[in-house]
Amino acid sequence: MDGGAIAAGIPFFGTLDWDFIAENTPVFIEAAGVTLNISFWGIVFSLLLGLVCAMILELRIPVARQITLAYIEISRGTPLLIQLFLIFFGLPKLGIRWSPELSAIIGLTFLGGSYMCEAIRAGLESVGSIQYESAQVLGMGRLQTMRFIVIPQAISTSLPGIVANVIFLIKESSVVSGIALADLMYQAKDLIGMTYDTAETLLLLVITYAVILLPISIIGTILERRFDYARR
Amino acid sequence: MPGAEILLEPGNITRLLGGLWVTLQIGLISIALSIPLGIIVGMLMTLKNIVVKIIMRIYLDFIRIMPQLVLLYIVFFGLATGTGLNFDGITSSVIVFTLWGAAELGDLVRGSLESIPKSQYESAQVLGFSRFQTFAHVVLPQAVRRLVPPSVNLATRMVKTTSLCMLIGVVEVIRVGQQIIDFYRFQYPTGALWIYGAIFILYFLICFPLSLASRGLEKRFAK
Repeated sequence: MDGGAIAAGIPFFGTLDWDFIAENTPVFIEAAGVTLNISFWGIVFSLLLGLVCAMILELRIPVARQITLAYIEISRGTPLLIQLFLIFFGLPKLGIRWSPELSAIIGLTFLGGSYMCEAIRAGLESVGSIQYESAQVLGMGRLQTMRFIVIPQAISTSLPGIVANVIFLIKESSVVSGIALADLMYQAKDLIGMTYDTAETLLLLVITYAVILLPISIIGTILERRFDYARR
Repeated sequence: MPGAEILLEPGNITRLLGGLWVTLQIGLISIALSIPLGIIVGMLMTLKNIVVKIIMRIYLDFIRIMPQLVLLYIVFFGLATGTGLNFDGITSSVIVFTLWGAAELGDLVRGSLESIPKSQYESAQVLGFSRFQTFAHVVLPQAVRRLVPPSVNLATRMVKTTSLCMLIGVVEVIRVGQQIIDFYRFQYPTGALWIYGAIFILYFLICFPLSLASRGLEKRFAK
């Protein structure tokens, strides 16, 4: 292997077993698929739940508002790992039985909903009432006001928070190995236990997470600049 | 609800609290170590030196982009093979949470130091303040105002994240919970619900006051 030969000149990299890395790369690609799949659905449902919660809070719907506020505190005040254990091991005792995948997605949604709600609310609140009034004076309907005035400005404020939450949720998904899902962490621990090729496995693990998370972080920075209407 | 009595069996709640204390100690020690280290990291981040800047950037970005569990694996599994140093789960956890806390707190310190406008330094100079006096009487009081609420928030996140120690074999509250559930498997088949429910509530009882404090301070300092 050429890359191996070059890398072998560098201390640390020189001691690595490159055949092991080549051999196990497919394992990590597959495990990355599990991580991404769970994160993707967790993020989609978190956004939906966050949007619903933000609407309830903005429109000040009685009762639902109190429930939402309590949910946000509970979701933010407990670790995902405990939420998952309660969902996956505790709820079956009440007759509610979900697969590990579904439990993980529900857990991520329960956690992510409150974070997304906060990001969305920050956007909606950044649009001052004078903007609504001005749009009305200009003869715009409510829908037009939303489409052309409020949402473009709200997005610019919400987006950095939403992207940060996306990264946060992908990172948090690393604990689903705790309920026996074969994600990246699970495979890494498995390989370390079976082969003792610890350095190689950890390198693969770090690279896989970097490959997933770095582009999102970079896209986030680009989007943040592009949508920066409000501050321009 | 049948089965809740598992929590009343003598010793169970005490054992759970003991397990929680293990994670809390990891959190508290890490927070205590992060404060001085974070202030140093934050000051280093404001330096103009390009080498220091790059090192600090890589440090912060690496800690930020990697899941905490990956960092725990690197220290717990990796350092042992890489250096021959063998850390137990608790030591590994304290190392990781301190590195994480110092990076995040450092960035907060950097932000709050940079938020002080240049005119403040210049005005202090005109008024005859020395550099140390400027820092102690002008910069620090303003920086702390911006620093405290997000730092309490960071502390809450650190306490919450200590639950991950269980995944590198630390015998903490979840592990103790599992032992209790296993022990009473036949006597209380619904034990998992009650034990994990109790742990859930225990974590909330710790984190909720911290989050209230963070918001209270934010309001107080916003004036």
